[in-house]
Amino acid sequence: MIIIDCPHCGPRNSTEFRHAGEAGHKRPVATTDPAEWRYYLYVHDNPMGWTRETWFHGSGCRKFFSAERNTVTNEFRWIAPFGQGPAHTEESGA
Amino acid sequence: MALGSSSASAKKPTSGRPARYSAFDIFKRGVTHEDWPRTFTQHDLKKSYDVVIIGAGVHGLACAYYLAKNHGITNVAVLDKAYMGGGGSGRNTAIIRSNYLTPEGVRFYDRSVKLYEGLAADLNYNVMFSQRGHLTLAHNDASMRTMAWRAEVNKLQGINSSVIDAEEVGKIVPYLDVSKNTRYPILGALYHPPGGIIRHDAVNWGYARGADHMGVEIHQQTEVLSIETKEGKVTGVNTSRGHISTNMVVSATAGWASTISDMVGVKMPLITHPLQAAVTEPVKVFLPAVIVSGSLHVYVSQTDRGELVFGASVDPYPSYSMRGSLEFTEGLATHILELIPSIGSLKLLRQWAGLCDMTPDYSPIMGFTPVEGFVVDVGWGTYGYKAGPVSGETMAQLVATGKTPELISAFSLDRFADGRLVGEKGAASVGH
Repeated sequence: MIIIDCPHCGPRNSTEFRHAGEAGHKRPVATTDPAEWRYYLYVHDNPMGWTRETWFHGSGCRKFFSAERNTVTNEFRWIAPFGQGPAHTEESGA
Repeated sequence: MALGSSSASAKKPTSGRPARYSAFDIFKRGVTHEDWPRTFTQHDLKKSYDVVIIGAGVHGLACAYYLAKNHGITNVAVLDKAYMGGGGSGRNTAIIRSNYLTPEGVRFYDRSVKLYEGLAADLNYNVMFSQRGHLTLAHNDASMRTMAWRAEVNKLQGINSSVIDAEEVGKIVPYLDVSKNTRYPILGALYHPPGGIIRHDAVNWGYARGADHMGVEIHQQTEVLSIETKEGKVTGVNTSRGHISTNMVVSATAGWASTISDMVGVKMPLITHPLQAAVTEPVKVFLPAVIVSGSLHVYVSQTDRGELVFGASVDPYPSYSMRGSLEFTEGLATHILELIPSIGSLKLLRQWAGLCDMTPDYSPIMGFTPVEGFVVDVGWGTYGYKAGPVSGETMAQLVATGKTPELISAFSLDRFADGRLVGEKGAASVGH
């Protein structure tokens, strides 16, 4: 069980949240070619270690927020309202 | 490729040939108390190998075994950063089946079941393959339709698989609650008689022993730190125990596959999720088949020791953590008691997690990559153990001949760029 400290609601059980994907995984422009679309759809960084990502508090405030999490230990380095995290840190892949 | 030519087997003279196991041998050693010889040998790392396989799980070991057995390529190193069979190969729930959804998947996994059937004799190692039947329960009309679809695809490929009604399910497994007054009544099931369970450690050890016997070297606690390339070709591997020159690297690293592919700059369509499992205390044998319920997110089988082995869906967020969670056991207990109310007082002994490298279409990624000499056998998600022997056989053929075998041609990495996905999610045990 991991506890996630929602920036709007405070610490809650992880079952209330939904992982909404890697941060910075931007949709390409609509006129792009199929290969780039498929790359966007299918290919992921899948990092082992610190990563920036977006979570969604589905059973709480129903807001998206940003976080940096270690995928090996499930430890959160920081959690902030969407798009408001600290600037780029060296160890993070984002 | 002159892979078959060099064979430098550096066995220590004291280790000798591993004993052929037999009933007479067990009796003889029971009387004489003579020690069994080691089943495989420890080696020093050589400077160069024809083939380096990363990952000493069932896929890596089977690939090494079939490289030596079918193609005579024995100058092979199997590297593992931890111990043999310590990843998904030792953490799965050991269910074997071939009742998949796509024709490509059915043909592939059926070859695996055939190889598993002959594996104990082939390896001279008791892998305890018990084909006790596999039931995928349906609790609603949508599931019944998917079961009928799978049954028809299976029959077309010559697989013993059919849809049966709730009454027949109750006859096969009397302890299942097939009454109509439950929250999720059982409407029927996809019945697959050749499905069953196996002793996964024995498969790993059997392949390791067989491969070692033919001259393959298994290096445990040897982590790959980087892979060297020159002009788009693999030239060597840096490990925690030194440098190896090689022109062929096979990645069979399952949950850690992205970290290995990143070393050569090949991006993989993978997300690693933990998958948890649990086992109860042993009780008298009462469960004659493997039971799967997609709607209730649970599967259960009883081992030969009498323990019930449970699995469920993958954890809902990507992670490389192999810790268990309370949510998992709570959900598991709730769901399994819906199916088999009589086990309410059984105690869980332990729980664990393994890592699953999930692909977008739930089919594996096998074959060549844009980097010459770097081939992959990854993307197994929750299906890895079922495919151990056949992926070893086909990857060995691919490495030895330089051509993609017909059986795995649908599973290439470029299918994602071309949009030729092989959608196998409908055959997942539970809705992951």
